[in-house]
Amino acid sequence: MTKPLSKTVEGLKPSGIRKFFDLVSEMKDAISLGVGEPDFDTPWHIRDEGIFALEKGKTFYTSNAGLKELREEICNYLKRRQNVSYNPNEEVLVTVGGSEAIDIGLRALVNPGDEVIIPQPSYVSYEPCAVLAGAKPVIIDLKAENEFRLTAEELRGAITDKTKVLILPFPNNPTGAVMTRRDLEEIAKIVIENDIYVMSDEIYAELTYNGEHVSIASLEGMKERTILINGFSKAYAMTGWRLGYACAPKAIISQMTKIHQFAIMCAPTTSQYAAVEALKNGDNDVKEMRQAYNQRRRFLINAFKQMGLDCFEPFGAFYVFPCIKEFGMTSEEFATRFLEEEKVAVVPGNAFGESGEGFVRISYAYSLENLKVAVDRLGHFIEKLRAG
Amino acid sequence: MRDELLSLIEKNSRMGLDELSVLLGVKEIEVAQELAKLEEEGIICGYHTLINWDKTSIEKVTALIEVKVTPQRGQGFDRIAERVYNYPEVKSVYLISGGYDLLVTLEEKTLKEIASFVSDKLSTLDSVLSTATHFILKKYKDHGTIFDKKREDEREVISP
Repeated sequence: MTKPLSKTVEGLKPSGIRKFFDLVSEMKDAISLGVGEPDFDTPWHIRDEGIFALEKGKTFYTSNAGLKELREEICNYLKRRQNVSYNPNEEVLVTVGGSEAIDIGLRALVNPGDEVIIPQPSYVSYEPCAVLAGAKPVIIDLKAENEFRLTAEELRGAITDKTKVLILPFPNNPTGAVMTRRDLEEIAKIVIENDIYVMSDEIYAELTYNGEHVSIASLEGMKERTILINGFSKAYAMTGWRLGYACAPKAIISQMTKIHQFAIMCAPTTSQYAAVEALKNGDNDVKEMRQAYNQRRRFLINAFKQMGLDCFEPFGAFYVFPCIKEFGMTSEEFATRFLEEEKVAVVPGNAFGESGEGFVRISYAYSLENLKVAVDRLGHFIEKLRAG
Repeated sequence: MRDELLSLIEKNSRMGLDELSVLLGVKEIEVAQELAKLEEEGIICGYHTLINWDKTSIEKVTALIEVKVTPQRGQGFDRIAERVYNYPEVKSVYLISGGYDLLVTLEEKTLKEIASFVSDKLSTLDSVLSTATHFILKKYKDHGTIFDKKREDEREVISP
């Protein structure tokens, strides 16, 4: 074939993680601190429910929006945990992971030339999804001195008369930053003033360690303009089940459901049955996992403090994002040398946007035993670098 | 902190004060005081090691014995339970609801020793009506720990 492929797709930058992935994969005995998924198995009672659904022959499509029972449980959950009420019949869409919700949510909202504000460092798919939807991404470089929270000032500076959507990625991957209620209230004020939509990616909502997560959708005047995205991957350790959801006003969900219907049909049926069980009886599992993550988080922050490594204390997700600028290397150089010399893989911060340059993402979705070995090696590496 | 501390040392009683203090986000002295309190209150009753004896050369036979007893006036089952648990070879004694009263676990070197304990000591107690002895053939999981479980990390080494 000689005819060119899609210019839009060809123009997308490949994920910055890919290159590093290839490098790590070649190294047999490396310890990885590079994953973005829980180390826990999906709790057994949830898996068992999936097995049971298969045994009973529940192997057909569900309705496009997802099992009614699941949508109802999602609404119960959001009411119970995030204090926001949705109608299960017309304001909820069950998707193939949070990722699908990001993609179709943006496609449902934007027209060509609309601007989508994306705070970075953040998850790698917002920018390409915005581009694929025909929007123009407008990047806000979040700052370490603000502990990577989005400030009202930064948001104001990014808004133009073309601004359509603000993506709000908190608790944040890769920085671990969380937004407090007060932070969100300031953001909400500007969002309402300028009449823009918010896509709030709250996939890490349950993994918040300094009090409860606040959803921007629960603030006055925000539900009507917010697509709330959440899912089962992080909270219930269900990454491979590929199940997430979006909640938004009927006008938006009905448009998203059209895309979902044509592109996907419905989310995996087995996963949906398992997810019902997760929401009904999984609160305690979430609590236990959160406690374990929090212990590891404290362990890492304490270890960094002892080795004098500059790192703000993150209170969300399962990442820490230490600054490596003192070593005079780029994030990629640091990560590559750390891998080659100490056989530990971390992800260069610039994989999540240019403002991640000078930082590395370290995941604590690993057992304490693993983390201890990795931290020893990090200490050794840093000492070596400091000694010149 | 108490619940979290207990669940940590239930899994690993060898964790030092320094590590516990980091993981719990409190001072070492507070951990030490809490542990002392828990011991004093009889909440922490021991710091044992979970051993998979099957992997050693030491022979051990474990039996679960269901015991039906006649409760004694004024003391219920406690008196008879005490008679049983005072034997050092008895590892545990539980009062059980259902078809029998006491569940006794017994650990001995040989089958013969267990047989003689049941016939000579346990059955001859006045209040014991009957016993049923079950021998454990293999332990898959004990104290929440699965024996012989080797787990590979199956996740992709790097993911966004």
